[in-house]
Amino acid sequence: MTPKKPDAEKLWFSGNEALALGAHEASVRVASGYAGTPSTEILENVVNYKEIYTEWAPNEKVALEVAIGASFAGVRALSTMKHVGLNVAADPLFTASYTGVRGGLVIVVADDPSMYSSQNEQDSRNYAYAAKLPMLEPADPAEAKEFLKLGYQISEQFDTPVLLRSCTRVAHVKGVVSPGEVQTSSVTPGLVRNPAQMVMLPAHARGRRVAIAARQQKLADFAETWTENRVEMGDRTMGIIAAGTSYLYAKEAFPNASFLKLGMINPLPEKMIRDFAGQVETLYIVEDLDPFIEMRVKAMGIDCIGKEKIPAIGELSPSVVRKAITGDTGSATFAPVDLPPRPPNMCPGCPHRGLFYNLNRLKVFVSGDIGCYTLGALPPLSAMDACVCMGASIGMAHGMAKALGDEGLGKVVAVIGDSTFIHSGLNSLINTVYNKSYSTVIILDNRITAMTGQQPNPASGSTIMGEPANSIDFPALCRAVGVKYVRTVDPHDIEGTYAVLKEEIERPEPSVVITRFPCVLTPEEKKRPKSPFRSIIKNCTGCGMCLRLGCPSINWVPLLPEEAKALGKKEKQKGYVLINEATCIGCGQCLSLCKFEAISAGEAK
Amino acid sequence: MKEQGNIHFCGVGGQGILLASELTAHALLAAGFDAKKSEVHGMAQRGGSVEAHLRFGRGKVYSPLIEPGTVDIMLAFEMMEAVRYLPFLNKKSTVIVNTQKIAPPIVATGKIPYPDQCLDAITQQGIVLVPMDAFAIARKVGNLKAVNVALVGVLSRYLPVDEATWLEVIKKRLPTKILEVNLKAFHEGRKAGQ
Repeated sequence: MTPKKPDAEKLWFSGNEALALGAHEASVRVASGYAGTPSTEILENVVNYKEIYTEWAPNEKVALEVAIGASFAGVRALSTMKHVGLNVAADPLFTASYTGVRGGLVIVVADDPSMYSSQNEQDSRNYAYAAKLPMLEPADPAEAKEFLKLGYQISEQFDTPVLLRSCTRVAHVKGVVSPGEVQTSSVTPGLVRNPAQMVMLPAHARGRRVAIAARQQKLADFAETWTENRVEMGDRTMGIIAAGTSYLYAKEAFPNASFLKLGMINPLPEKMIRDFAGQVETLYIVEDLDPFIEMRVKAMGIDCIGKEKIPAIGELSPSVVRKAITGDTGSATFAPVDLPPRPPNMCPGCPHRGLFYNLNRLKVFVSGDIGCYTLGALPPLSAMDACVCMGASIGMAHGMAKALGDEGLGKVVAVIGDSTFIHSGLNSLINTVYNKSYSTVIILDNRITAMTGQQPNPASGSTIMGEPANSIDFPALCRAVGVKYVRTVDPHDIEGTYAVLKEEIERPEPSVVITRFPCVLTPEEKKRPKSPFRSIIKNCTGCGMCLRLGCPSINWVPLLPEEAKALGKKEKQKGYVLINEATCIGCGQCLSLCKFEAISAGEAK
Repeated sequence: MKEQGNIHFCGVGGQGILLASELTAHALLAAGFDAKKSEVHGMAQRGGSVEAHLRFGRGKVYSPLIEPGTVDIMLAFEMMEAVRYLPFLNKKSTVIVNTQKIAPPIVATGKIPYPDQCLDAITQQGIVLVPMDAFAIARKVGNLKAVNVALVGVLSRYLPVDEATWLEVIKKRLPTKILEVNLKAFHEGRKAGQ
């Protein structure tokens, strides 16, 4: 058979690219978000649609407030973030539910079941219920684009912000997407004074509270007939209610079952659910994480099977769903082989490495934060002792200082990246000074938001739209909030950094040390000519000092006694160190650790 | 080759696995298949173990994830990583493996040796193993970064997509600056995969 050529108009898009196209087709005019895996690439693609003003905000709360303002000014607005970002944006979210919108407002929140790149596994659907907002849940890139457009219609029709729940397997899955028509908003841009709806004084809010109840009822009625809540009748012995990727997994596992596929998970279409339940023998609720749909279906008095079989921890898959429901483990699979683990690691030449090497030497308790540098917790650096959420390092270090009093002096430091400091660390630094702490705060300034893939931030000197911008002067900022001791060091200078750290950590007053060197993955650093270092094998005694950096370019080569002898070394020397010149960028950290002149600077290339 | 299939890409972050899986997906789409692909981004990319799942078929592809035991072809960029994903394979799977060893931190720091004989775990199951020195191919064509496209060349032998379509996709997807060297790598890989 001759394969049919795909429609030339079909696109191969990730969920995040599809959401960006959806923003374009929905005539979004303002988009603001904060980078966070797996949501980051939405705005990185939105910025390619020149009619949309796009920005990275310092944090998710600011991003949502910008979007609310744009909506009040009568244009369609988008805010994007990862699941934990919605915690930061929760304050404006709950009250934006009260104000409603002028231009359509959609908040895309990306969950991360199984925590591929996150510190917790929270289920954002709970926010939709708590904030009394509609939430749409697409299953794949094609639906993501369509649901975003539908979200704007719902937002303007029902005077409400709309939540769209993405997840790792929508955001970072690629699939076929068809471009569609550009739809326009019926709202006229401009400033309209409407204090009863836009100024949330208690008296106004009480009125809005009643309006929300009415809106919820209207949305519940709408959900009953909305075409994206649909029944696919098959074998009636098994009925499955599912939304998003869970629907795909269940469909793959049980292609012949009957399905109620929900496009909107809040509010739920009660009548539709009752009708469906009445037509099937056994009703299953297949959903990842919390029993969100299940609890509500059970509250309707409908018998169903949910979390007693479907795992509440980790992401689902066809095999997980099949095994949970039937006990069928599929064809016997090969057992995993015990292998050396391969965790992620800081890049060769990463400026963070030198700092964490020193923190390990200083044996201080490191209150850490979220970024590439969280990898400093792993051996051999092993120099992070606490990490909770964005910006927490400084507040926690202050709390430790207050708990320990004089006993803790010289024992605690906070470590935070430039972007995370701007996100939510500054308030805590103000608190540290104001409430007379002694903790030392280390700001790892690598000029960029690195972990999520090199997004510019307010310290980088440019915007997502590629325009030059102000670059925060960290030393001046820290002095302005009252820190008297602010020092900037080059983290590649191991001994220089050590001396400064030692002095500041022992100081009985707040201090800030800024380690300043650009991330090796910034475009400028990538372009810079490199001089990789070389091993001088004849000089290497195998002492292993350089290995303490955990640099991927530094490799241990084991030697048998006869091999050692052949190399002119003592028979008891167990090996030597070889630098991989193809990956080394010549940062020089290892050079200063070698006492035997077994490492030499190479030639520039 | 069947009218549907599951291709598993694995290796170490930074080896060009995403590009290889992209070229393959585009080739399958150009040949008229539906497809879905799952990728790993973010923190896991930093030198960690990385995988991509690519599923294709004549009908609609629902799940973007490959189930354990159902991989038709694995394209492994590193020896140990091929073995790490053994539970995804079955006795009928084909494993194309780049015979390159990249030491994870615990090996690089001399704590334990690299498991040199690890591929035995695959061959012992009777699985067809296609070892390939893609690094040598890349060196031969003059760009060490062409390992991924050389491996795609090997893979192209096992998929229902004709050579002209592959070439069309590579020409469309790669920047002019690196196109020639990658076309050479693809041809060399395809030749070696015979």
